[in-house]
Amino acid sequence: MSQQADSSLRDPTGPLVLGTTVGLRTKDLLGIGDLSSEEILLILDTAEAMKEVGTRPIKKVPALRGRTVVNLFFEPSTRTRMSFEIAEKRLSADTLNMTASGLSVVKGETLVDTVRNLGAMAPDLIIVRHASAGAGHVVARLCSAGVINAGDGMHEHPTQALLDALTIRQHKGRFDGLKVSIIGDLLHSRVFRSNLLLLQKLGADVCACAPTTLMLSGMNRFGVRSTTSVDEAVDGADVIMLLRIQLERMRGHFIPSLREYFQRFGMTTDRLRLAKPDVIIMHPGPLNRGVEIASEVADGPYSVILEQVANGVAVRMAVLYLLAGGHQG
Amino acid sequence: MVAEQLARTVIRMAHEIVERHHSLESLALIGVRTRGVPIAKRLSVALEKISGTSVPTGALDITLYRDDLMRYPVGPQPILRKTEIEFSIDDRRILLVDDVLYTGRTIRAALDALIDFGRPRSIELLVLVDRGHRELPIKADYVGKNVPTSLRESVQVRLMETEGQDEVVIEEDEPAS
Repeated sequence: MSQQADSSLRDPTGPLVLGTTVGLRTKDLLGIGDLSSEEILLILDTAEAMKEVGTRPIKKVPALRGRTVVNLFFEPSTRTRMSFEIAEKRLSADTLNMTASGLSVVKGETLVDTVRNLGAMAPDLIIVRHASAGAGHVVARLCSAGVINAGDGMHEHPTQALLDALTIRQHKGRFDGLKVSIIGDLLHSRVFRSNLLLLQKLGADVCACAPTTLMLSGMNRFGVRSTTSVDEAVDGADVIMLLRIQLERMRGHFIPSLREYFQRFGMTTDRLRLAKPDVIIMHPGPLNRGVEIASEVADGPYSVILEQVANGVAVRMAVLYLLAGGHQG
Repeated sequence: MVAEQLARTVIRMAHEIVERHHSLESLALIGVRTRGVPIAKRLSVALEKISGTSVPTGALDITLYRDDLMRYPVGPQPILRKTEIEFSIDDRRILLVDDVLYTGRTIRAALDALIDFGRPRSIELLVLVDRGHRELPIKADYVGKNVPTSLRESVQVRLMETEGQDEVVIEEDEPAS
C-alpha cells in the first residue's frame, strides 16, 4: 500500500516543508485520458485511506474546511451527485448544489455565461455534469477553480472508472492480465470510454461486447478485443461489467426490443457459468433489471454493485483532496 | 543515538509506563504515522514482556487534520495514509506515540483526530526525541531523549521498519538560497 504511494512520488518541490507531498499534474480531473498510471494508483491509494473515514463514529474530517465546492448538474443524476455531496461534506467543504431545473439556463442563459458568473463568486472546485462532450473543458478554461468532470455527454466519466478500478483492485489485487469484459450499450457510454482508458493504462485485458449497432466504430484502434457473442465475452472473465441500455440517448433504432436484447445479451445465471468461479459482476447504475442484467444476477453472490457505490464516496473524497491542493506546475 | 541506545530507551520508557499505571488493562498505544507506529509496536512488545499484559496498538494518520493543509492555495498535498484503530477508544487510557516532538502542531492535530473516534478516559504523550521549539502549549509525558537543537537543524529518526536501520541523527539543513 504505502509502497505504491511511494513509487508515485513526485519531487517534493511544493511549499509544504514537513512530510512528503503529492499532487496531480493538473488542476482539473476532466478525463482518465489525462492521467498517468502513477496518478491513477495515487488516487486509488488515497481512496483506500479515505474509506476509513466512513467507518468512524464521526464521519467528518476538517481537510477542506473553508473551501467552497459547487455541484453543477445539467443532467439528472442520483448516485453521482449524492456521492459527490457526501464526499464534500465528509471533508468539511461548503457545498452548493445547482441542478438544470434551478439554473438560469431554463431562462436561456448559456453555459459560458452561467460559468462566468459562477466563477465571479470564486468557488474552489466545480463538479460539472453536462450532456455535451467537453463541457468540463469549457468550464475549466473559463474559471480558475479546479473542475471535476462528473460525466460529459458520451465522452468521459472519470470518477466512475476510478471507483470501478478501486472495486476491482479490492477483489482481485491486480489489473495486469485480468480479463475484464464490458457488455452493453458501448456506443452511448462515457463509463465505457473512461473504463477502457483506465483499464488499458493499468494493463488489463479488456473485451468489449455489444450488438453491432451499439459498438463504437473503429474499435480496433482502441486496441481492444470486440465481439458480438456474449458467451465469448463471458468465457474465462475475471470481471464482467454491464452497461445500461441508454434509451434516452438513442435517436433511432439500435435494438429491436428490450426483450430481445435481454434474450441475446442480458446477463443471467446460466450465461455466467462460463466465467471464472470468482468472477465479479459490476454495473454503474441505474439498473435496468431484465434488460442488461437479470435480477438474480444483480442481487446474486457475484454482484459487487453496492460496493461500487460505497467506493464512489471514497474515490471522490480522494480526488477532492488531491485537487484541493491546486495546480503544481 | 545508535540502535543499541534506541532499544534501551524503548525498554526504559516501557518501564516508566508500567510504573505510572496501576494496571495496563485499559491502556492502548496509538502511533502517529509514519514512525510513531513502529515505536508503538515495539513498546507494546516490551510492555508485554514486563507485565504480561498485551496492550493493543493502533495507527493514526493526522494528514486530514493538519493546520497547514489550506494555508497554501496552490501546492501539492501531503500523502494520505490509512488510519487503523481497531478498538473503541471510549473510556480507554490512550498513549499517543510519535518519533520527534517539535512545534507540537502534529500532536494538536492528533488530539483533534482522536476525539473524533470517541471519548478516551485520558490521553498521554510519548516521544522518542524532544527537540524543543514548541509553538503550542504541548508537553510530553514520556521522553526518550531531550535533544536541544537549533532551528537550522533537523532531527532524523530512522527505524528498521521504515528505513532499514535504527538510528537518530541531527542533520544541518542546507541554507536556503
